[in-house]
Amino acid sequence: MEEKLIDKLLLIGKSIPSLLIGALISIELALAFLGLGFVAGIPLAVGEVYGNKFVRNLVVLPIVEFFRSIPALVLLFLFYFGASYLKLNFSPFIAALLAMGFRSAAYQSQIFRGAIQSIDVGQMLAARSIGMSKFKAIRYIIFPQALRISIPSWSNEYATVLKDTSLVYALGITELMRQGRYIVARTFGNAILVYVVCALIYFVIVHLGVKLLDFLEEKYRLPGYESKKIDTRI
Amino acid sequence: MNPKKLIQEFERTFLKMTHTILKVENLHKSYGKIEVIKGINFELKKGETKVIIGPSGTGKSTLLRCINQLDSIDKGQIWLEDIEITQSHADINQIRASIGFVFQSFNLFAHLTALDNVRIGPLRVKEMKEKEATKIAVEELKRVGLEDKKDHYPAQLSGGQQQRVSIARALSMNPKLILFDEPTSALDPELIGEVLEVMINLAKEGTTMIVVTHEMGFACSVANDIIFMDGGIILEEGPPEQIFKNPKHNRTAKFLSKITQLEGDKTK
Repeated sequence: MEEKLIDKLLLIGKSIPSLLIGALISIELALAFLGLGFVAGIPLAVGEVYGNKFVRNLVVLPIVEFFRSIPALVLLFLFYFGASYLKLNFSPFIAALLAMGFRSAAYQSQIFRGAIQSIDVGQMLAARSIGMSKFKAIRYIIFPQALRISIPSWSNEYATVLKDTSLVYALGITELMRQGRYIVARTFGNAILVYVVCALIYFVIVHLGVKLLDFLEEKYRLPGYESKKIDTRI
Repeated sequence: MNPKKLIQEFERTFLKMTHTILKVENLHKSYGKIEVIKGINFELKKGETKVIIGPSGTGKSTLLRCINQLDSIDKGQIWLEDIEITQSHADINQIRASIGFVFQSFNLFAHLTALDNVRIGPLRVKEMKEKEATKIAVEELKRVGLEDKKDHYPAQLSGGQQQRVSIARALSMNPKLILFDEPTSALDPELIGEVLEVMINLAKEGTTMIVVTHEMGFACSVANDIIFMDGGIILEEGPPEQIFKNPKHNRTAKFLSKITQLEGDKTK
């Protein structure tokens, strides 16, 4: 019994380096997906709020609905096999980036849209009244305020995207989940142990990121809007 | 006084009084099927303070918003000096930059300090250097008596202080005229005075302005000219003495007596 425990601990010790390498890949993937999601999500949000009927109904909404309505794993296969069918030959990484990046863009666009729409119309009016173009008003007045409002919901999106990187193992990318599968395959009968370690690693990464976003939320909170202790008796 | 100086003085006064800043001709505006403004004509001279009074829902605020085109117009023309700003190819951003607007609800930029609120116009619209823009902003904040609050955010200021910052924001663009849309209506009674004081000083310094207000004391003492609007038209226009003492229209008299009943006669 004791020998068995030592064996297991040794196994964990030996697996940790390759799991951490996998975790690093997972983080890189998440950053890439979130980055593309951010860069593409903002124009989608602006287009949905300020665009004309054509932009909103024929460009923004179809993209958003497409990526929100299809499961992530199906999107991954569609992009990977679809590309090879069209003779585009995407690497698994590019296929994953497009599928998961635009999926995140669809969700992020809705976070930013909500934030933009929650800003008082008076802000836009005041910006236009001193002669700002619509673009400048969005850039200097609406956007900085919308970003602040977005942080809490964006932290949700961050957690979702990071955890969903585990799906891309299906395309053969050796991120944390796939490293775990390798170890399970090599050392028969340790599945639960390895996956518990994987789960712990995911938990730590997500938790640290959420803490960082909480910190940013506090840091960029506008003076005069400090979070007040809610009286629980009310 | 030597004759040369006298002529100069005369010319200055004369030109100042005859130079037309704003001309509104036959302005119409509808929201859906409801016509809010039904043909308005007036002129504003340089240095003049015009006060618009009238019952609520008669299109006073809409008129102001049409002037700097925050609302589109349906018919008519508006001239800013010699430029027709209602032409379709007029550069609307440039026009708005030269017309200040002070809102009832202040609308200070919530994420910017008082200083940044005032300097963002010179910085981002006029594209001045930061040093220059800051200098202007500090001067304008001094003018409204809030230099010491420059690092405060809007949420940290009282309503009266916010409105004074928003006046400074309008002034920082060095506008040809400033439109005030009920600037004291959202304020607690004890904060109205500080805003009116700033506006009285502006009028004395020769700022060209149009003020929509229910402050009859201000209208009576500061306005060169009062417009009484009712039902989307100008019912009566004239100097304060005439409007307050000898209104031509029954409706003007009725409106004024209602206001003075509510607030006490501030026009004396």
